[in-house]
Amino acid sequence: MILFDQVSKRYPGGNEALSNVNFHLRQGEMAFLTGHSGAGKSTLLKLIALIERATTGNVIIGGKNLHKVSRHTLPYLRRNMGIIFQDYQLLYDRTVFDNVALPLIISGFSSREVKKRVHAALDKVGLLRYEKKYPVTLSGGEQQRVSIARAVVNKPALLLADEPTGNLDPDLSLEIMDLFMAFNQVGVTVLIATHDIPLINQLDKRIVHLEHGQLLTAEEN
Amino acid sequence: MAGQSSGTENQVQLRQLRPSFSSRFKEFFIRHLQVFFYSLGLLSRTPFSTLLTAAALGIALALPAGLYVILDHAKQLSGDFDSINQISLFMKQDVSTQAIERLQKKLNAYPEIAQVKHIDRAEALKEFQENSGFGDALKALKDNPLPHLLIVYPSLTHNEPEPINRLLADLKKLPEVDLVQLDIQWLQRLYAIIHIAQRGIFIIGALLALAVLLIIGNTIRLAIENRRSEIVVMKLIGATDSFIRRPFLYTGFWYGLFGSLIAILLVNLSLLMISNPLTHLSSLYNNSELFSLGLMGINTSLALLLSGCILGWLGARMAVSRHLKEIEPK
Repeated sequence: MILFDQVSKRYPGGNEALSNVNFHLRQGEMAFLTGHSGAGKSTLLKLIALIERATTGNVIIGGKNLHKVSRHTLPYLRRNMGIIFQDYQLLYDRTVFDNVALPLIISGFSSREVKKRVHAALDKVGLLRYEKKYPVTLSGGEQQRVSIARAVVNKPALLLADEPTGNLDPDLSLEIMDLFMAFNQVGVTVLIATHDIPLINQLDKRIVHLEHGQLLTAEEN
Repeated sequence: MAGQSSGTENQVQLRQLRPSFSSRFKEFFIRHLQVFFYSLGLLSRTPFSTLLTAAALGIALALPAGLYVILDHAKQLSGDFDSINQISLFMKQDVSTQAIERLQKKLNAYPEIAQVKHIDRAEALKEFQENSGFGDALKALKDNPLPHLLIVYPSLTHNEPEPINRLLADLKKLPEVDLVQLDIQWLQRLYAIIHIAQRGIFIIGALLALAVLLIIGNTIRLAIENRRSEIVVMKLIGATDSFIRRPFLYTGFWYGLFGSLIAILLVNLSLLMISNPLTHLSSLYNNSELFSLGLMGINTSLALLLSGCILGWLGARMAVSRHLKEIEPK
């Protein structure tokens, strides 16, 4: 699903965020990406989401070499992945329903389909009763669950999360992780960047460790 | 939580869901319609600033539109003067009445001439005696000093300065004619002035159209700046550029529409304000219909609306294509 082949990323100014990373995440697999701040976790996720492009090497997602993805076809590739951020990235002038509906509207689903699928997604994260509320009225954990509902509403093959529990207390963090585990159980490939080592040690999943832009552990369980 | 999701397990597929082609095709139009009203809704959330922008656009559009309406009427006014566009042919004294009637028939056959009127010298004298106040003095004359007069009305297709000049030259060559008289200079001058005014309005119109583009472009640029974070989120979840662009283009369209509506209002108000003093002026010419502007015609109004909407869309399009590329997820 995700294949990094000798990937390096150098930012303008000479700062090398990733150097010679080889990494393979198979379809249906779930892995945690750990490391100190600045170790290159976010950069790795940004390369997958095409927010940044690799300086050298190849990133291949679902069989597609990202070098060959043009500006024009990029949106269609992003629709195959659900991306979740530490700061939720919700639209605060729209209701929970409208936030979650956005990926479906972009793809051109009919209103009836949109309603059905948004309800299903909100139900999965346990927030169906909040559909008419605005995100600001929700707690951090609830907002993160809205952003997860938005990420999974069009049933992408791949879920990416950048510090999804960074702003949440341990109990809420575990709830969010359980949610990701549940999506993984039904076949979604999941990659989560986090530095919450105690939390992920409780979960029996593959851990990928980055340090100074280099991959230390890539063992597959 | 895990228990909840296992209940929906069979719904989850590995492939990303795609709507059918017919659904996408149909939704494309529905979304356009929705964005059409959504962008209107966004504008109505800030009625004051929307009105200010639309008013600025309205004034910029009203100026060339108003000048155009006045010029259009000035042209019609000069058209009314075509009835005065008549050529007087003074006959030589020795030409007989029969010869004049023959000439009248001959001239009537000219394609350049609509009508030829004969004023008999005897009748002319009689009228002059009755109306001039010199009646008794004129009776003392042995001979009628007045010549026969033919009044030639050029046909409507030939009342531009140039064909009239050609006709005039032809008429001068007639052996029966003593003197040909037409005060054409004022007509040529009027046409020249109208030509200058047309050019002037074209220049003013082009400059103000540019101003409209800039006003809308700047307004849309600010709107894009205000929605920067929203655009980033849209791009992250796979929105195409055209999807993100759409509401801004419709916003530009609405601004153009409101601006041109305000312009129509302003022009008509101005015309109404001028109409009274104008009627007074006309009455001084003993012709109440001579100078009348009326309101803006339906064709002119529609043309103004259309150009307003196009300018609005174009201004938004320029701003969007310039600024949307700069906003990328970081």
